[in-house]
Amino acid sequence: MYTAEFAYKKATSVAEAIQLLQQHPEAKLLAGGHSLIPAMKLRLAAPPALIDISKVAELRGVRREGDTLVVGAMTTYRELETSDLLKAHCPLIPQAVYHIGDPMVRAKGTIGGSLAHADPAADLPASMLALGAKMKIQGPSGARVVEADQFFTGMFSTALQEGEILTEIHLPIRPGARMAYAKFPHPASRSAVVGVAVVVDGTEVRAAVTGAGEHAMRLTKLEQALAGKPLTTENISAACQGLLAPDHLNHDLVASREYRAHLVDVMAKRALMQAAGL
Amino acid sequence: MANKLFGKAMKRVEDPRFITGTGHYTDDMTLPGMVEAAMVRSPYAHARIKKIDASKALTHPGVLAVITGQEMKDAGINSIPTGWLHPGIKTPPHYAITFDKARHVGDIVAAVIAENRQIAEDAAQLVEVDYEPLPAVALGSDALKPGAPAVHDDVPDNVCFTWSIGDKAAVDAAFASAHKTVKLTLRNNRLVPNAMEPRASLAQYLKASDEYTLWTTSQNPHIHRLLIAAFIMGIPEHKLRVIAPDVGGGFGSKIYQYPEEIIVLYAAKKLGRPVKWTARRSESFVTDSHGRDHETVAEMAVDQNGKITAVRVDTIANMGAYLTTFAPAVPTYLYGCLLAGTYTTPHIYCHVTAPFTHTTPVDAYRGAGRPEATYLLERLVDVMAHELGMDPVEFRRKNLIPPDAFPYQTPVALQYDSGNYEANLDKALQMVGYQELRRQQAELRKQGRYLGIGVITFIEACGLAPSALVGSLGAQAGQWESALVRVMPTGKVEVFTGTHSHGQGHETAFAQVVADELQIPVEDVVIVHGDTGRMPYGWGSYGSRSAPTGLSAIVLATRKIVDKAKKIAAHLLEASPDDIVHEDGKFMVKGVPDKAKSFFDIALMAHLAHNYPADLEPGLEATHFYDPKNFVFPFGTHIAVVEVDPDTGKVKLLRYLSVDDCGPVINPLIADGQVHGGIAQGLGQALLEEAVYDKEGQILSGNFLEYTLPRADDMVQIEHDHTVTPCPHNPLGIKGIGEAGTIASTAAVANAVMDALRPFGIVHLDMPYTPEKVWRAIHGSKPVAQAAD
Amino acid sequence: MADKVHITVVVNGVEHHHEVEPRLLLVHYLRETLGLTGTHVGCDTSQCGACTVHLDGQAVKSCTMFAVQADGCSITTIEGLGSPGSLHPVQEGFWEMHGLQCGFCTPGMIMAAVDLLNKNPNPSEAEIRHALEGNYCRCTGYHNIVRAVQYAADKMAGKVAMAADD
Repeated sequence: MYTAEFAYKKATSVAEAIQLLQQHPEAKLLAGGHSLIPAMKLRLAAPPALIDISKVAELRGVRREGDTLVVGAMTTYRELETSDLLKAHCPLIPQAVYHIGDPMVRAKGTIGGSLAHADPAADLPASMLALGAKMKIQGPSGARVVEADQFFTGMFSTALQEGEILTEIHLPIRPGARMAYAKFPHPASRSAVVGVAVVVDGTEVRAAVTGAGEHAMRLTKLEQALAGKPLTTENISAACQGLLAPDHLNHDLVASREYRAHLVDVMAKRALMQAAGL
Repeated sequence: MANKLFGKAMKRVEDPRFITGTGHYTDDMTLPGMVEAAMVRSPYAHARIKKIDASKALTHPGVLAVITGQEMKDAGINSIPTGWLHPGIKTPPHYAITFDKARHVGDIVAAVIAENRQIAEDAAQLVEVDYEPLPAVALGSDALKPGAPAVHDDVPDNVCFTWSIGDKAAVDAAFASAHKTVKLTLRNNRLVPNAMEPRASLAQYLKASDEYTLWTTSQNPHIHRLLIAAFIMGIPEHKLRVIAPDVGGGFGSKIYQYPEEIIVLYAAKKLGRPVKWTARRSESFVTDSHGRDHETVAEMAVDQNGKITAVRVDTIANMGAYLTTFAPAVPTYLYGCLLAGTYTTPHIYCHVTAPFTHTTPVDAYRGAGRPEATYLLERLVDVMAHELGMDPVEFRRKNLIPPDAFPYQTPVALQYDSGNYEANLDKALQMVGYQELRRQQAELRKQGRYLGIGVITFIEACGLAPSALVGSLGAQAGQWESALVRVMPTGKVEVFTGTHSHGQGHETAFAQVVADELQIPVEDVVIVHGDTGRMPYGWGSYGSRSAPTGLSAIVLATRKIVDKAKKIAAHLLEASPDDIVHEDGKFMVKGVPDKAKSFFDIALMAHLAHNYPADLEPGLEATHFYDPKNFVFPFGTHIAVVEVDPDTGKVKLLRYLSVDDCGPVINPLIADGQVHGGIAQGLGQALLEEAVYDKEGQILSGNFLEYTLPRADDMVQIEHDHTVTPCPHNPLGIKGIGEAGTIASTAAVANAVMDALRPFGIVHLDMPYTPEKVWRAIHGSKPVAQAAD
Repeated sequence: MADKVHITVVVNGVEHHHEVEPRLLLVHYLRETLGLTGTHVGCDTSQCGACTVHLDGQAVKSCTMFAVQADGCSITTIEGLGSPGSLHPVQEGFWEMHGLQCGFCTPGMIMAAVDLLNKNPNPSEAEIRHALEGNYCRCTGYHNIVRAVQYAADKMAGKVAMAADD
């Protein structure tokens, strides 16, 4: 059960973490560790150094800044699940988090760790896209902000450049918006075979899916089909048909491409029905 | 002792150590000077081993040895034998470390011994093995095709054995004249047992006394000692002690003699230091013997009155790459002999072909053969009932063996000793509210909701084993059981049993019975098991044998104690032994309550024994070897209620009810717990679990990220009750209960799912009923290949 | 060999100082360095929960963090939860309700159940089953584990008058 050897560096600030990354360009950042450590134990990953950022105080917690909720990247799932600010202004996140892993995973796993890892079966990326989140990234040359739509670039790949750290997630507060997440879990790992997040903000419908493709993506066909329409059972059912073509979807022991495409329709419908209170 | 403990739901005496983290499992042990092993395992299902270069590993700091198969063979370590032979069976060698070819993923190619586990694992990666990958075959039927790659050079057609039972001509005639027949082609999915404690072994060799001790995760330490001493290593049996301390579940997977046990014994002597090996879970997946894996064509014939006239079965049973200890018995005597089930079927024929494949060996897994038999039989019954337009319960009722037919001789060797099937069925139907359920089902179908109700009746044969009977069927050993009851001078009692408890609660249930028999407080009894150094020879625990066979031995030994105690009492009370009665915890002269001796008095005087008559032996100790006259035949009715989500194909368990008959229940807490856990394992097979291999023999579901074990939210609270039909041929009338849940529940859940899918015209699907499979069946599209490309 | 790192941890109320290899998993530190073998290893993919301990009051999987990450933390293992003479209500519930058979998953299961009741003192059956999603048991079918947690919840709420006396 042992990993390969590595050097351990603990960062106490973002600046220090960035500096350590420059000193150890092959290093991996250690957050909650629930993706990285299992991979290291199976010796699928063997980074020469780990930079532990999980205890960097400035990276933790949820706060409100005007019309935005700012979530530190090292905020754990459990903190997200129980955050009063999120429950009040962005209930999608606590709802989605409730179905991630198990209580012990949620105690350690972090939002930033998950988003930066960009596992195609991770839950939260769909919510980030549906909410229109922004990612604050810091690196040796300063800070920049990337829209969620531009953040996920491929399987396990993001807009993060070498030496950069995802530090904050900015969630726009959408007063009165209704939101829901529907997930079809992998029976063994309980990760998302398909997870669909929807945000209904006035007449705008924002929807995104995770698990289906190489990375989480917006369901633009669905968004367009429902734009300006009342959310009736009929409209929802009509819109949730053939949302994604199977050709480029993921496939594994649990779900073929065709079945995954079908699950996207079903989960999209369920999320919308829930958001619409039907 | 007016209050008998038999039947009492006593809390377990073993629990305080487990709930406080002070259990004592093999991997918990550390010995002075101990070193650790890591195995180098083949990543290929089939490959020629051209060269092993251990030089880098050997220079890695902290590495003590790299052991190869050739080295062990040269040192005279023999192949691991199997324990059950059929006529004509092929038994190619199974060396602890292979040296010519790797025959399944996980086959051991070398063992690294190092100062600690980290170093051993690091160095295992440095052992360079030059493999020549060869074509492999994973599916039993593929292995039988002409030109299939041979697993063993000396078995070119891969046929390990063929076996049959029953009168083929009579069965064929019954089919020829049948009113109706049905035929199912089905797959019984391969399972990975997954006891929660991974296997571990620790060996110590003491040069001074030339003695070995092996601590290992075993259900049957004596079998290991015998196999290692007599066949594999030639260690004199009295110089080898095998201890199975607390063992974290077995379910069959810890019966067998595994290679790692041989390797740590060999290394401990070679290095003069204790050597420990503990499996990682991903090793368990490819090295613990798997279960099931049948491909079967099953047929049933009925007459015009709806009576079953014949059952015909042809099965390919995958043996995997090597024969493990009980493997040949499982798809034969524990399978074909059970095909009568609870029914009066007059003609049964079963033919089995058992091929080798390039996969992990397959052997007994909870239920072992009986779940496979029950599954196919109960599927046939449901399909036939549907063909006949009968309610499946009424079709069963019509064919059940009636209570006045016992002892009942089946056409497949077994003679059922007792049973009362219809009363048991009726109790279950009443508990579940069968008619109301069917009404609800019809109602919900109108709303587009698909409820399924699966009702099955089952029989099993357990309490392994009547030695003469199993010997006549091919066993190389009888399976009687031993007990030694030792009364200490202060009246405390040690009971040594050859069975082993790895979750079954023997320390409690057996003590209850001993306390009753001796009329002493249960706190004065300790049950000792799992150590060849302490108890007489015994065969361990599997096949639901511990209570019917092991406890029967204990009861008869305690009765010898009572007889002896009466003689001592007679001496002390100056009476005739015939006048001594054992009542209220005392030995007294019949009709003279003042003239009495306590158990303590007797125990003490048995040992002080300074004024004994010449014909009375000192001491108070008795041994009994109990060989059962027959198997025991627990039975029952299990009912599953499921709902299928037609949008996703997901199956949800709504209710599960069982009425089991294991005879009189010693401790309901423990017996019911066995049923609950068994049901979860059977449900796992039906809905969740499958060891999936690709065509190259790679396992695709080789860890918990891909292989689904039932979790808490997959299960419901189980509704459970008993009927009581005692076994007529053992002292307490008891039957086994360890496997019943698993034997029954797979079929019950399967029938429930198929019942839910009936409106879609679906007759049969193979397990596990995963969402995509069910969804595709509903929507009529063809299944796609399962493997990811 | 990578440089060892000094850690200070409080385990079951006792402070320990050790130099550890960075790759030493917390579970191995507990089992091998401290000899606290009640915490078990049941898998290598962070799924089974046999290794569950409390880290600063929260249940975590000790196989999925390095001992160095626990530096400065307070850890409770099954050995620190209660002893045969003074059991935690969850331990008592597992005993009373026969919530264990082979006992291997039990320490992790109990630690996860305690964590649940700390956060939700009166869970429904569905909430109990959801909270145990990260803990596998192969023996009990979870039936009596659910009852054990319910028993403990009742006990902690004062609904069970007294511990069983036998």
